[in-house]
Amino acid sequence: MLTKDKLLEFYRGMVTIRAFEEEVRKMHNAGLAPGLVHLYSGQEAVGVGACAALNSDDYIASHHRGHGHCIAKGSELDRLFAEIIGRRSGYGMGRGGSMHIYDPATFNLGTNGIVGGSVPLATGAALSAKLRGTGQVAVSFFGDGVLNQGILFESLNMAALWSLPVVFVCENNGYGEFTEIDDVTAGRPYAKRGEAFDIPSEKADGMDVLAVHEAVSKAVTRARNGDGPSFLIFDTYRYSGHHVGDKQEYKDDEERELWLSRDPIPKLADMLVAGKKIKQAELDELDAKIKVTVIAAANQAKKMPEPDADDLARHIYAA
Amino acid sequence: MAELTYREAVIEGIAQEMRRDEKVVFLGEDIGKAGGVFKATVGLWDEFGDLRVRDTPISEQAILGAAMGAAMTGLRPIAEIMFSDFLAVCWDIVTNQIAKSRYMTGGQVDLPLVIRTANGGGARFGAQHSQSVENWAMMIPGIKVVAPSTPADVKGLLAAAIRDPDPVIFFEQKSLYATKGEVPDGEHVDEIGKAKVVREGDDVTILALALMVPRALEAAERLQAEAGISASVVDIRSLVPLDTQTILSQVKKTARVVTVEENPRLCGWGAEIASIIAEECFYDLDMPIVRITTPHIPLSSADELEDAMIPSADRIFETVRQEVD
Ligand SMILES: Cc1ncc(C[n+]2csc(CCOP(=O)(O)OP(=O)(O)O)c2C)c(N)n1
Ligand SMILES: [Mg+2]
Repeated sequence: MLTKDKLLEFYRGMVTIRAFEEEVRKMHNAGLAPGLVHLYSGQEAVGVGACAALNSDDYIASHHRGHGHCIAKGSELDRLFAEIIGRRSGYGMGRGGSMHIYDPATFNLGTNGIVGGSVPLATGAALSAKLRGTGQVAVSFFGDGVLNQGILFESLNMAALWSLPVVFVCENNGYGEFTEIDDVTAGRPYAKRGEAFDIPSEKADGMDVLAVHEAVSKAVTRARNGDGPSFLIFDTYRYSGHHVGDKQEYKDDEERELWLSRDPIPKLADMLVAGKKIKQAELDELDAKIKVTVIAAANQAKKMPEPDADDLARHIYAA
Repeated sequence: MAELTYREAVIEGIAQEMRRDEKVVFLGEDIGKAGGVFKATVGLWDEFGDLRVRDTPISEQAILGAAMGAAMTGLRPIAEIMFSDFLAVCWDIVTNQIAKSRYMTGGQVDLPLVIRTANGGGARFGAQHSQSVENWAMMIPGIKVVAPSTPADVKGLLAAAIRDPDPVIFFEQKSLYATKGEVPDGEHVDEIGKAKVVREGDDVTILALALMVPRALEAAERLQAEAGISASVVDIRSLVPLDTQTILSQVKKTARVVTVEENPRLCGWGAEIASIIAEECFYDLDMPIVRITTPHIPLSSADELEDAMIPSADRIFETVRQEVD
């Protein structure tokens, strides 16, 4: 049974990510964020539920839609914003941008611009944890698009073969860019991809933070006990399309409304209020507080100095 | 000094570092129980066990990706890619992941990992197993590129690569594995980024790498004996970092320079060095820069055809004699 504090931690995490992504959208629309930004709004239950099942020194490896994972693992909001808008104090001195955020303090091996690119990194971190005997676990987050990348199969095989402490977490939001995943993917249900390697595999509701937390907790326990990897698929949805500015003409209203009705934030709020754990007014107050914090971090980032091209050649190699 | 083969020097280099640092681990296909397809890892599995010397599935992306994940989290992995041609199968991990991580993270991540790979021709394996691809690696900012020509350099540079905080691709020329040479006794660690003048001469400088070094030396002896031409031979040893100082000082001294490259001609490493020489000491030159390369054609497997393509001592001798005349 989860405590009220734990449930509120989930709530706070999801609302923070939602508010953060709203600010990123504004920054992008204002021309502040270079390139493309891929928002995590809608998928918060997956990142928050999964990271809440980890110790602070467990590893995660993320993907191009990765702001939510960074926040859920504990990165600082102002430095995240700063990286996304290309400021010197960002996590990568403004060089990485949204798709290349690495944070050693939170054991985050990074967001990644290559579809499937971070899956073997989590696998390697798990190998390293096993060889060093630290008891750490690694979570590999990836999109449904990775179900069709060869690197996933190489990594699943290696992880199963060597019984590595890694949890493969597929966030199935139904689309890869502008194409429905079901239109380009054979082999249903997709969890069979894990089963093919005798990896315990399971599909769960990615719009329910409790379901995610439960599934990932079980997988983490298995990994920590030396029983090897797990393969989890969470059905979820990205409200903002592939990137900010995607008009999403490939979706219809019925689909949008269906997923909005499953939004993980009101779902958890309703549960908390119905269970008399907290009053709606208190949640509203919490929402407002979080928004203030997030906006303050965004403003802080905007005031940070821009990177200096003078040291562009630094850090290609160790000094 | 002990006489070792090039392949024994690989084994000694890895063993020396694995004994010294328990964080060094070794992954690859057939490297453990089988001792490697080129027998260049024999005995390591027996000494260090299957936790540290791991036979992997035939999964080049996962091998390099896992090595990178391990390097980011406290280990110093050596990953073997059996033939350098197969780097094409996992080039994403090399060029998009490994090479760029230190830079994109603003220097936060060390990637102490070595990719060892058997490079080049001479073994008649055809176009998918004989390429010289060191120039591919040279083009990518963020990795170091080393290609030794002697057993002593294999051991010393491999040890240096394993201790380096940056990712190193270590190209072993596969037809050199059986060659022998003196290797210093005891711990031997060289320095990456230093070329070696392996023959001093006055009339022309021959710049060579890996298998092209012994061929250039053979040609230089004949040039002296048969044409009275005194050639310097520089073993480049490391393309990144490149020892431009040693190269330029030899070129200035001899005022003539020839590169000998096993990689195909277009964008071969010699083109880059020729451009540096042209920029830095054009007015010191008495003759146009000459490049001897494998032609820009996929390699053939038949003996006569492969021999016609990869620069031989004869071709180096003839070309230099004609050009210097
Ligand atoms: C190897 C590779 N191929 C293609 C792309 C271009 N691309 C970026 S995101 C994306 C869609 C990925 O879909 P999915 O994995 O489902 O993640 P989602 O965007 O839905 O979160 C594509 C095709 C890429 N970045 N890397
Ligand atoms: Mg998707």
